[in-house]
Amino acid sequence: MPKAKVNGVEVEFENGMTVLQVAELAGEEIPRFCYHERLSIAGNCRMCLVEVRPGPPKPQASCALPAADGQEIVTNSAMVKKAREGVMEFLLINHPLDCPICDQGGECDLQDQAMGYGRDATRFEENKRAVEEKHMGPLIKTVMTRCIQCTRCVRFVTEVAGAPELGMISRGENAEITTYLNSAVTSELSANVIDLCPVGALTSRPYAFNARPWELTKTSSIDVMDALGSAIRVDARGAAVLRVLPRTNDAVNEAWISDKTRYACDGLARQRLDRPLLRKGGKLTAISWNEALAEAARRLKATQPDRIGVIAGDLQDAESLKAAKDLFTGLGVSSLDGRPDGLVLGHGPRESWLFNPTLEGLEQADMVVLIGAHPKIEAAVLNARLRRLWLSGRTRFGAIGAPVDHGFGVEQLGEGGAALEALAAGKGDFAKALAKAERPVFILGQGALTRPDSAAVLAAAAKAAARIKLVREGWNGWAVLHTAAARVGALDLGFVPGPGGKAAAEILAKDGADLVFLLGVDEIELGETDAFVIYMGSHGDRGAHRADLILPGAAYTEKPGLYVNTEGRVQRGERAVFPKGEAKEDWTIFRALSAVLGAPLPYDDLDALRARLFADCPSFGRIDHAPGAVPAPLDLSGLGEPGPIADSPFVSPITAFHLTNPICRASVTMAECAGLVASAKMAAE
Amino acid sequence: MTGRLEDKDRIFTNLHGAHDWRLEGAKARGVWNGITEMLRQTPEWICDQIKASGLRGRGGAGFATGVKWTFMPKQESERPHYLVVNADESEPGTCKDREIMRNDPHRLIEGCLLASYAIRAHDCIIYIRGEYVLERERLEAALLEATAARLIGEKPVHGWPCRIRVTHGAGAYICGDEMALLESLEGKKGQPRLKPPFPAGSGVYGCPTTVNNVESISVTPEILRRGAEWFAGFGRPKNSGTKLMSACGHVNRPTVVEEAMSIPMRELIETHFGGVRGGWGNLKAIIPGGSSVRLLPAEQCEEALMDFDDLAGRRSGLGTAAMIVMDQSTDVVAAIARLSYFYKHESCGQCTPCREGTGWMWRIMQRMVSGEAEPKEIDLLLDVASQVEGHTICGLGDAAAWPIQGLFLHFRPEIEARISAYRSRKGSFAGARVAA
Repeated sequence: MPKAKVNGVEVEFENGMTVLQVAELAGEEIPRFCYHERLSIAGNCRMCLVEVRPGPPKPQASCALPAADGQEIVTNSAMVKKAREGVMEFLLINHPLDCPICDQGGECDLQDQAMGYGRDATRFEENKRAVEEKHMGPLIKTVMTRCIQCTRCVRFVTEVAGAPELGMISRGENAEITTYLNSAVTSELSANVIDLCPVGALTSRPYAFNARPWELTKTSSIDVMDALGSAIRVDARGAAVLRVLPRTNDAVNEAWISDKTRYACDGLARQRLDRPLLRKGGKLTAISWNEALAEAARRLKATQPDRIGVIAGDLQDAESLKAAKDLFTGLGVSSLDGRPDGLVLGHGPRESWLFNPTLEGLEQADMVVLIGAHPKIEAAVLNARLRRLWLSGRTRFGAIGAPVDHGFGVEQLGEGGAALEALAAGKGDFAKALAKAERPVFILGQGALTRPDSAAVLAAAAKAAARIKLVREGWNGWAVLHTAAARVGALDLGFVPGPGGKAAAEILAKDGADLVFLLGVDEIELGETDAFVIYMGSHGDRGAHRADLILPGAAYTEKPGLYVNTEGRVQRGERAVFPKGEAKEDWTIFRALSAVLGAPLPYDDLDALRARLFADCPSFGRIDHAPGAVPAPLDLSGLGEPGPIADSPFVSPITAFHLTNPICRASVTMAECAGLVASAKMAAE
Repeated sequence: MTGRLEDKDRIFTNLHGAHDWRLEGAKARGVWNGITEMLRQTPEWICDQIKASGLRGRGGAGFATGVKWTFMPKQESERPHYLVVNADESEPGTCKDREIMRNDPHRLIEGCLLASYAIRAHDCIIYIRGEYVLERERLEAALLEATAARLIGEKPVHGWPCRIRVTHGAGAYICGDEMALLESLEGKKGQPRLKPPFPAGSGVYGCPTTVNNVESISVTPEILRRGAEWFAGFGRPKNSGTKLMSACGHVNRPTVVEEAMSIPMRELIETHFGGVRGGWGNLKAIIPGGSSVRLLPAEQCEEALMDFDDLAGRRSGLGTAAMIVMDQSTDVVAAIARLSYFYKHESCGQCTPCREGTGWMWRIMQRMVSGEAEPKEIDLLLDVASQVEGHTICGLGDAAAWPIQGLFLHFRPEIEARISAYRSRKGSFAGARVAA
């Protein structure tokens, strides 16, 4: 390996590293504003200047300079100090220095680096420049006078988000970052520019003037807004979750989160179920926990087990699913279903419902077929990865489904069953190329797997997969893209109808059951059922509206919980705040209910519950692990039932990106965003 | 008109448009003569000849042209090679390339073909300044003539297919920087790219590219025709050749001439430009190469030679060899302040020191002109200039700092006197009591 000297200390580095990276290897901190590991190199802030020998007798931008063998890098010379001071001074002369009223205060790169590398006092006696505010939508607040033109935001929206809606106009000191024609930034990932902005030019609008970073309790957790399980940090003050920020997890979300993940948190304080409620004379009235549990127990005892149906919703943690399963199977109930959307997967090998290539493994794919999947709104962060893949030119994308904007180049292969059958028969250019692909991937979306004829769709997809050997030695390209955070966990737990049990749609059909227990189910029609409905959940949404008895549970920020993402990766969320009012963590409600029923569940605390969970379902024991391609070949032939497929287009079940679960439906910010999207859509039509 | 260079040794024989600029006229002057024989040589041989001639880039930086050509890959890969001719001549006071394109366009086209062959390019793009409308029309007409005569194009008589196109800028000085020019050529905003990668590795559209000045390209066929020794015979070692030189400002006959390198500045001015207005004794200062170098006061102009190394030794530079001559009537401070405004206006705004520094320097310079500045601001200004110089992506930061540095290097007492004169005239000013 080549070697370089950094301030006299020799370090080995890998070919292709920049001087900045080599200096960091040696433990030297290099200040920077424009450089970001996950964006292209701009080299425009000039803060990272270092001295390099051999080289010209002037400092070099270390972020853009490839390191060379035998190079001497000096970061502490007088020349470097003067260069940094100079750049720092230039950045500050037209910066307003309104730190006391700036939301970035306390987490501002400019503040920190001014302390570390700047002069002590200003020498600038001219008037400062002022820049007009720009409208960037309901999420991004702008104070463009603070902008230092590092162009991180421009590079992010152009390269990562694929929505080139920001740019720099004008020249010289009049240069400004702006949106085109003052329109809002429409990308689902737009708010990441707030994290990227090293100063207070782009800050969070909903969080404006709410708190200082040092007042917040920071809790590492896992997002539940989609099935990716993005790593997040929940910042709370007292009982209120004030904001959600991304954590870096290269295997899942890299450094990004979607706008929904970030901004649905104001929904955690609205529409909350904070006490048990019982419908009396058509009206929900508050009752005590004792009364509620007694009522639930009475109803459960009075109903035949085969007339009881249990459905689990989209946001549930694995612990509550486990407790529910243990409780109800103990009662003899076999109509359990964790797939309210009617997903056809759940029986068969575990790999059949996972995203087997893994998100990180996708980078090796050379051909990808999106079957009824629309990652842009179903898993926005994944879309950034797919787009990067497309930009690299290594991967060819095809799609079967209603034509939609994917944000990258996709060959439309057709809209519905006919196209899928053609693919399975190996007809067409794309199918022929697919047969030769080394690392093909089928991304199966919920748009294809939750239709009435989805069993046939699944069979056709499995046939197509078998034809091109989608699953082969060292590679498994069968990738199911879920949309609900709880889904894989429920399927892994076997939260599906047992022998003689009914599926969700049958339970909820007229006369399908006498008692329906809804575990956070808010996404499906409940109008038909005439059963007594017990709803457990956190928000007053569709499920609660229909409920006869409400047991208030905790939202995802209020309970420690395990979530399994679409890859099958088990991740642990943590409690950031306590549940609202009298609400309880979901599994404790089942534990209490079981005691009232006279058959207590065999765990008294979370550790015992988890121990039981790991014992019963070993896949949950491997935290942060995604199975990926397993050595044993996966047999897909048993999936689905061959049959006729309607040629209606595969349409994503998500119609409004911002309104997919009760938390974001309770969020004012999300409502604003959804309104904006809807009006843009109307204007386009 | 006599100078050091005899008429027989002039390359640009129609510099002032006295003759026909079209193909016939150009051929009569020897252009296109022997092109087939030249293209029969290997590209390596051509590069060696240009190296031996000592030709240094005529755009201002003075990098050896032959050496630059050898940076191109020796074999063409799937990425085609490009020759890009920098005709975005926007340097204040400079109009040498304009005369070539206007009056001798075939010399440039012939050079383009030869250089394309030397770097194994079949595609050549001439990026011309947007304001050069007549020149663009002439060039395009000349290209049509050359194509019709099968000198260039798909199936030329000499066997080296080469497409030559003209594209024009939109009036930004920064697009004269080779990296900004490439960006602009690709249809993007004219902001210089980072080096490395250098254009020879990844230039326009990511392909190997050589960017040369119009004059550098135009002289190469003549060098081959007459021999590298002939060209190397003019001027001092390492500064060889003939060069277009011009003067504007306070000379009696401002014009562009071709002269041998290393001609004394005074001789050049008195021979070709009719001397300084009001006589040599009336001279105050000269900026020798466009506006982007440090100026020289009259006493240095006496001895200065018009070549790269002599002027660099005087902490100035040859630049484009287009002198801006200022006589005693000039407010040299105001002149440099105007240049500061120019650089502030033309800064692309991409990198911090130039974006913020050029405006700051201009504002202080304005106060220097009126004398309102504080005496301590002189050192502040020089410090700001040193913070801009050498810290930017492209050369515009240097170009903005050097004129100011040159001004204070040679005329600092004059500015100090101006500041105190302002204070004594004004009576009261910030800090007046302390001064009393």
